Parts: sequence; structure tokens; C-alpha cells
Amino acid sequence: MSVSSSRPPAPPKPPSADDAGFKRELVTLIPHLRAFARTLTGDPTAADDLAQDAMMKAWDARASYQMGTNMKAWTFMILRNQFYSEKRRSWRQSQLDQEAAERTLVAVDDPEAPVALDELRMALNTLPEEQREALILVGAGGFAYEEAAEICNCAVGTVKSRVSRARRALLATLERGGYARDGKAAGDAMRSILADADRLSGARQV
Amino acid sequence: MIDTPDSSRRKPAPTGEAGLEEARLRQQAIGVKLRHMFDEVVNEPIPDEFLAILRRADDKAGEKGGE
Repeated sequence: MSVSSSRPPAPPKPPSADDAGFKRELVTLIPHLRAFARTLTGDPTAADDLAQDAMMKAWDARASYQMGTNMKAWTFMILRNQFYSEKRRSWRQSQLDQEAAERTLVAVDDPEAPVALDELRMALNTLPEEQREALILVGAGGFAYEEAAEICNCAVGTVKSRVSRARRALLATLERGGYARDGKAAGDAMRSILADADRLSGARQV
Repeated sequence: MIDTPDSSRRKPAPTGEAGLEEARLRQQAIGVKLRHMFDEVVNEPIPDEFLAILRRADDKAGEKGGE
């Protein structure tokens, strides 16, 4: 079906088999949208609000989506745009609360503590936003550099360099022992990450 | 002027292949945790709210296009 520009704007699409298929696919993406939103906002409630908005934007724009193309990348792009436009409008948790960060990191000391992921989260939050999102998309979201570039609306080379800078910066932050406090030795964050990664990959192989 | 060797090399990194290997392992560990952090949210059940919103949107579409 080709769109003729001389025609008046099409009326809202009636519910169709296409809509049903679109919706099914959209539902499978909700968990991924929530995860991406969580990394962008750093706050579960704000993240779900953002993910819901993005989901509705995607639904409303379904006529402009081409079935069979990468819907995950398309919805991530919508979510990301939504995030930055809302941020411009103002809500943004003020840059990560340093005290909360330190409280969490102290708890990481306990080897029995439930999966201590927080030191990584803290370190992620010290990254410039564009490096963080690039690293998340490629390193956790499973996107190729090309897809991440499309989502972030930048060149592939830019994504590659952001990801590599992000990796270096993360490693440096985690090793620097910027988290050392109350006589805790520096480097605990990295040690804990190494131990966790060991445990996680061990569990995965079972 | 004397060039102090430790001003340029304050923290001698482990040199050679051992150092590279160590850095690679650390990056790998960070990668594993990064994915785990993300997947933890992915694996959470979808909150009902999301599905309810979609259902309502569906009903609306039905009304509009139903004629």
C-alpha cells in the first residue's frame, strides 16, 4: 500500500490483524523497555512511568512502524527520545545522591548480602549520560553498534568510541577505590564485582 | 632539570601479557554483571498496569474505527 501525498490524512486505522500482531510484539518488549528505562532514570517508579509513556507512544505511532523491521530498536528509540524530552522539561533526579550511594556501598561489604550489584550501578551513574546509554545498549541490551547508533541518533563510530570510553572509565572507577570509606580498603568494588561475576557465570553453566 | 621517573609512572600498571589478561578478565566481569543487572529487570513479571493501559488503548481504537 503506497501513501499518496495528495490524499487527505487517513482516518485512524480500524483495529486489524496488524494491530493485534503489533500489540503482541509490543508486549514482549515491555520487559526490555522497563530495563532500559531503569538504567536511564535510575529509579524504578520513574522508570515504569517512562516505559509506559514510551509503550503508548509506540502504540499510537504503530501506523508508522513497518512490520518485520527491528521493533525493539524502534521502541528503544521512542523511549530514549521520551526520556530526553521529559528531562528537558525538567524532572530529573538530581545527579545521583552521593550519600545514598555511600550507604549502599557500605552494605556491599557483607559477603552474604543479596547480589551486590549496586557498586556497578553507582559507577555507571558517574559516567556521562551518552556513554552510559551506549554501554547499556551494546553491553547489556544486546544491540549491535549499528542498532545502538540508530537508537541514539549518532554515527556508528561515535557509539564505538563511547562504549570503549565507558568501559575504561568504569574499570578505572571501580578500581580507584573512590568508594573506600571508614577504613575500608580501596578496590573492594572491583573485588566484589569479580566475585559476583564468577558466581553468576558459574550459576549460568549449571 | 631532573626527570623523576615516578612522575610519569605514578602507578606502574602490571606490564605485559599478564596485565592485559587481568584487564580483560576485569572487563569481562563487569560485562557479566552489567548484563545481569539488566536481565534482572527484564525477568521481572510485567506489572499489570502496563497491560491494563494497552487494553484501554485497544478499546479506544475499537470505538474509533468501529463504524
